[in-house]
Amino acid sequence: MKQKFDIIHSTCVPLPLENVDTDQIIPARFLKATDKEGFGENLFRDWRYNPDGTKRDFVLNDPTYGGEILVAGKNFGCGSSREHAAWAIAGYGFRVVVSSFFADIHKQNELNNFVLPVVVSEDFLQEIFATIAENPKAMLTIDVPNQLITNDTTGRSEHFELNGYKKYCLMNAYDDIDFLLANRDKIEAFEKVSSKG
Amino acid sequence: MNTLFDKIWDAHVVQQVTDGPTQLYIDRLYCHEVTSPQAFDGLRARGLRPYRPGQIFCMPDHNTPTHDQDKPIEDPVSRKQVDALTRNAEEFGLTHFGMLHPNNGIIHVVGPEQGLSLPGMTIVCGDSHTSTHGAVGAVAFGIGTSEVEMVLASQCILQAKPKSMRITVNGKLGTGVTAKDLALYLMSKLTTSGATGYFVEYAGEAVTSLTMEGRLTLCNLSIEMGARGGFIAPDDVTFEYLKGRPYAPQGAAWDAAVEEWNTLCSGPDAVFDKEVTFDAAEIQPMITYGTNPGMGIGITEQIPEPKNASEQRALDYMQFKAGTSLIGQPVDYVFLGACTNGRIEDFRAFASIVKGRKKAEHVIAWLVPGSWKVVEQLKAEGLDKVLEAAGFAIRQPGCSACLGMNDDKVPAGKLVVSTSNRNFEGRQGPGARTCLASPLMAGAAAVMGMIVDPRTLMP
Repeated sequence: MKQKFDIIHSTCVPLPLENVDTDQIIPARFLKATDKEGFGENLFRDWRYNPDGTKRDFVLNDPTYGGEILVAGKNFGCGSSREHAAWAIAGYGFRVVVSSFFADIHKQNELNNFVLPVVVSEDFLQEIFATIAENPKAMLTIDVPNQLITNDTTGRSEHFELNGYKKYCLMNAYDDIDFLLANRDKIEAFEKVSSKG
Repeated sequence: MNTLFDKIWDAHVVQQVTDGPTQLYIDRLYCHEVTSPQAFDGLRARGLRPYRPGQIFCMPDHNTPTHDQDKPIEDPVSRKQVDALTRNAEEFGLTHFGMLHPNNGIIHVVGPEQGLSLPGMTIVCGDSHTSTHGAVGAVAFGIGTSEVEMVLASQCILQAKPKSMRITVNGKLGTGVTAKDLALYLMSKLTTSGATGYFVEYAGEAVTSLTMEGRLTLCNLSIEMGARGGFIAPDDVTFEYLKGRPYAPQGAAWDAAVEEWNTLCSGPDAVFDKEVTFDAAEIQPMITYGTNPGMGIGITEQIPEPKNASEQRALDYMQFKAGTSLIGQPVDYVFLGACTNGRIEDFRAFASIVKGRKKAEHVIAWLVPGSWKVVEQLKAEGLDKVLEAAGFAIRQPGCSACLGMNDDKVPAGKLVVSTSNRNFEGRQGPGARTCLASPLMAGAAAVMGMIVDPRTLMP
């Protein structure tokens, strides 16, 4: 899953629903795997398929839409902390999720799996939805080094938040455990001072 | 500034990463079988062992069947996950309360019950309802599997410091109004994202007058408002509850601990990033009508008009109409249990309603204690006899019907009055329709066969 980020230029899959919870992203009955593989097939499982396995009328089943960017309504990823939701999004092939608001744990889970959550203003989000509705092949540009998201059709751009540490991680395929292991001496020193460990 | 959250957080800061998160020291890591296997694999792949194995406690709960636990789990995939936790705990020398172990149960019931979760601690688990442990005055929050791996590897986590919020509820809760109703009320006012980005301190008379079980229920539901966690400053109720618990300090160490814990409170000059205040007198028994926990109403109120497409979709899924009351709605299933309401007090409440009555014939009821200790205590109090006389059977501990991962799934289209924490589409089984409520409301639904105001059945 570790992959270096730079500039992503892609068409999008729109999901203009609010409060999309992690039970919808990946239902609990698919959480039984003991590895991280294969979750993409079950991304939004119950919205994609009927119980008999036939396809439902859902954006992921519509060949009109595709790309590495998922654009979703506000409060994306609320509910359970299951990282399987991030594995499903990454496994399906998304590298960026754009929304006006993310639930905390899920946002962190995406970052830890090299999926970039991009927070935009509600106004810009609605503009992006409108652009995609008009032209399903419309492109967005996500410039990670400059922390800039651009709607190629309208030319509108917004700066997005990403702390310097995580930006370094994403651009260099470096993860938190690499960092923590490099800082063991600080942990031992902390334990000594605070009588822990 | 100078909030209890600041005090506990600051006491665990190993370092502040430049233009980045805080490296936070973790006192307790709880592992269940669903969100840990990939973390243990990651550890192995890096050639590591847990850094502080004595601070890590493991138990299966999500996949465990709630009957015949002495037999192998029928579902081979569930069995594989539970077995993986056993093997990982053995290989890495971690404490493991396996199925049928007298300490086994739902991790968020067991932690406080065993005295593993203590005031002033930082506690994490790969489960969003880890906020439960905040009830003992700890900073407890749910994390993802990558973060579980971080804690296994270093007993630390990288985390941006959340903002602080105080929710004060003044006055006393009325008859038949429980901690669950209080939480559902707060969610209905604040929405499911109203506290996102915040760590919540609950305060006020309605909160401090809750028992420990009630506090655990309230803090459990913090995540359903989007909060990273929620906690209550420790007081005599906390100390009384924890005293003598197996993993709590004993003797002189206990006295010293209480002395220290007594300092754990927000200062009079504390400044919160956000403060909200509510009046307990406004709260009545609550029930949800939609597909997120914030879509709740007082039992005598009517379902509001949908404000957008997402809310309309929720009403369509639930097969409910705006402008109608839920009272009289026929119920197919009732679920008492989960990390939200699977404690002894919840069984007492349920029993108080069904005592001397009979379960409605068409209702299927699942009564699932949160741990073997709860089973032991309800038997000691004779509640099992009361429940059996009313036509209810008590199952074996586990997460059960809360999340549709084990055998206890509600069939498509069926309506369940549930004491659990989430009413998301398909949460309790594909197509299942969930109304979240308190154990009193669940008991009333179970004997009447429909949704009723539990106060009408109270002695």
